[in-house]
This record gives sequence, C-alpha cells and structure tokens, in this order.
Amino acid sequence: MSFDVALIVDSIPKMLMGLGLTLQLLILSAVLGLLLATVLLLMRISGKWYLDLPAQAYIYVFRGTPILVQIFIVYYGFPQLGFIRDSFLWPILREPFGCAVVALSLNTGAYVSEILRGGVLGVDRGLHEAGSALGLSAHQRFIYITTPLAVRLAIPAYSNDVVSLMKSTALASTITLLDMMGIARTIVAETYAPYEIFISLAVIYLIMTWFIQKAFGVFERFMSRHERQ
Amino acid sequence: MSANVTDPIIVLENVDKFFGPFQALKNVSLSVRKGEKIVVCGPSGSGKSTMIRCINRLEEHNSGTIIVNGHELTDKTNDIDAVRSEIGMVFQSFNLFPHMTVLRNLMLAPRLVRKTNKVEAEALARQYLERVRIPEQADKYPIQLSGGQQQRVAIARALCMKPEVMLFDEPTSALDPEMISEVLDVMVDLAREGMTMICVTHEMGFARSVADKVVFMDGGEIVEVAGPTEFFESPRNERTKLFLSQILAH
Repeated sequence: MSFDVALIVDSIPKMLMGLGLTLQLLILSAVLGLLLATVLLLMRISGKWYLDLPAQAYIYVFRGTPILVQIFIVYYGFPQLGFIRDSFLWPILREPFGCAVVALSLNTGAYVSEILRGGVLGVDRGLHEAGSALGLSAHQRFIYITTPLAVRLAIPAYSNDVVSLMKSTALASTITLLDMMGIARTIVAETYAPYEIFISLAVIYLIMTWFIQKAFGVFERFMSRHERQ
Repeated sequence: MSANVTDPIIVLENVDKFFGPFQALKNVSLSVRKGEKIVVCGPSGSGKSTMIRCINRLEEHNSGTIIVNGHELTDKTNDIDAVRSEIGMVFQSFNLFPHMTVLRNLMLAPRLVRKTNKVEAEALARQYLERVRIPEQADKYPIQLSGGQQQRVAIARALCMKPEVMLFDEPTSALDPEMISEVLDVMVDLAREGMTMICVTHEMGFARSVADKVVFMDGGEIVEVAGPTEFFESPRNERTKLFLSQILAH
C-alpha cells in the first residue's frame, strides 16, 4: 500500500477549515447540555416524584438510544410535525446546524445530569448536617457546600463526556454539515484515499482531545487546591 | 409570664423516636436550665446521639414534645433554620467544610444566616480562633490540621453563631489519645464561662469535673439522672453500675 504524503499535506488545511464548525458544535452543545443537565439534576434530587419521574424517563430514553438515531429524528422527523414548523423553534430546526446542536445537547444533557448527580451524592452527609446545624437553609447548603464539592467530584467523569461529545460532533456530517468529518468525507469521495484522510483526521481529533484533557486537568487541580496536605 | 433564669431552655417530654421498626428513644424526658452542663453517657446504641440530634432536629422525633428556647420543634410556624442557628453543634467527625479555609468555615454562617458584614465576620472568626488557641491556622484548609485542631475549629465555628446552647456529639471519640485533652480543655473553658452544654461523651473525667448532671441512657431510655458525685460514687440502677464497672475497670 502506498501512502500519499503529499495528499495529507494538501488535505489537512482543508479539513481544518471545518475546525470552526466542529468547535461551534462542541461548545454550544456542551453549554446547552450542561444547562439542561442542571435542570434534570434539580428535578432528580427535588424529592418530588412528579419532577423526578419525568427526568428519569428522559434520561432513560436519551441514554438508551443511539445518538445517530436522535440526530436523524430531529433532522428528518421534526420538520414533518406541523406544530414544530409553526413554533419559535422552527428557525433553529430548519437548519441542519440547529438540528445537530439540539440533538447533541439533548443527548449530552442526559449523561451529564447523571454525572452531576453522582457528584452530589458523593458529598459527605455530615457536611449537610453541619450546615443544617449552623442554621443554613437548604438553598444555602446546596450553593455553598454541595455545589463546589460535587463539581470537584464530577470533573473526571465530566471531562470524559466532553471528549465523547467532541467525537459525536463528527456525526453532524451525516446531516449535510461540513465540519471536519464532513470535509474529510468529501475529500475521500473525490480522491478514493480513505487511509490518508481519515488517519490525518483522527490525529486532529486526538490533538483536540489532548487539549480538552489538559484544560480539565488544570480545572481539577484548581478545584482540589484544598486537598493538598 | 416573665422569664426566669431557672426556666428550662430545653425541655424534652415523652419523646419517642423510631428508625423503621427499631425504637431508638423510649419516652425520653429531660429538662435543661440555662447554664447547666449535662453529660450524657451510656453504651453504644443506647440513643444518646439520637437524643441530642433530635434537639436540633437533625432527626425528627415521632411523638412527644421538644421545646428549645421557647420554640416547640414540631410547630410548623417555627423556622427550623432560625431555631438551629441558636444551637451550636459539634460532631464526632468534625465535619468542617473541606473546600474552605479555617477562616471561611467560621465566617460562612454568620455571613449567610446573621447577615454580618465581611469585616465583622472576620473579626469574630479571629476572636474565636484565639479562644480555641489556634489563631495561626486561620488561612489553612481543614485537611492541613491535626484532628484536635480540626475539632477546635469546629467548636469555634459553632461559637461564631453565639448560640444559647452547645451540643457535643462524642467530640473526642475520633481523636488520637494525645489530642483529646486539647479539645477537652476548650470545652472546660466554655463550661466555666457559663455556656449551656449537653455533651455525649465517654470522658468520665470531664463528666466529674464539669457536669451538673450526668444522664445515663440504655436501650433508648434515660435510666438514671444524678449529680456527678452521686452518679459515680453511688449509682442506684443496676444497669448504671454495670456500665460504670465496664468503663472504669481499666
């Protein structure tokens, strides 16, 4: 097998033209997913069954079905529903970019809410009691005691999820978006050189993963500054 | 009705507490006057901790009445957070907030609950750190302190709320032996200053020197209440005698 180095040198800049779109998908979905996850988390730990059960059902559905299926349902399925075409969401769901962000956010939100719940459950019960005994209200305990400690506990699993989300953005290419994966597929279709192109693309994703891991490493060290003897 | 110095500040009447089918407190009645020091002892599982945890409603009792500083705890019109802010509590496992420095541990509740401004809260915190003899540890994180130091910080944290009553739930049980006395010294100081205290502890030396009353519990019941001299020299109940013979044998 010949390995066409010139093709790689030629294609990498082209694929990097899609980096902006990949990053937009990643950052928007991560932020929206985190907001959704926080709402789901609060529903899960509210102690009220009429909030907890819908959140559980949501999480079950979105964790239990493939992300690709979810993307297709949003992209191909939603436009067939009249009320969606008439709603304020239509300007977003009319565009493949909007569909990809919505599907990725809905999916990652389900995972991240469970990651955050693990963090919340990991906070020592004695600390809640100490807060209660000092007269702190439930809200104050959640904000000043539970949240900072739960965030610290959730970082490793959350950083995993962000890496996973970054890789999922490649699926946006299946609904016509020209992110890095979309561009790579176009080049492969023109050149019939899948090895060179996809291996170069894999390296680009690996480099992005490295940056994400480093960033979370810094964040984790900052959040654990109280743990150093 | 005029307030009298001898009016009880804490009253428990016929308190029952169940954990599922297990009855942890059986018809417990106790009255504590302002300034009194009560030591509660008894074998493990006798309901000592449950009793004092019911006083600030970390556990909810199932029947009977608990009145703290004039507030009936089951009365829904009372703000339980406000009642709790009048009661200091020290735990066996310290329970300092690990993500905050010592100073911030002490300032948190005065700032949030009492709405004290930052400067005053810090002055208050430093004053109480001085009282528990570790002013130099203000900027450290709890994990950087020894167990004895952590427990003294926990006492200072409770005192910063200027509570009417202090509850101690086995404050020295998690400490290495050489650190017990530094914590007991602080508690003795506090007792001498007139603080109302309820201490669950096995430190019988502390009970002898500080307690106005010793309460002995077994099987969820208060078996005997006596002054320390009478309690140690001439206990009346057979279960008390057995318990004392076991813990004073060595």
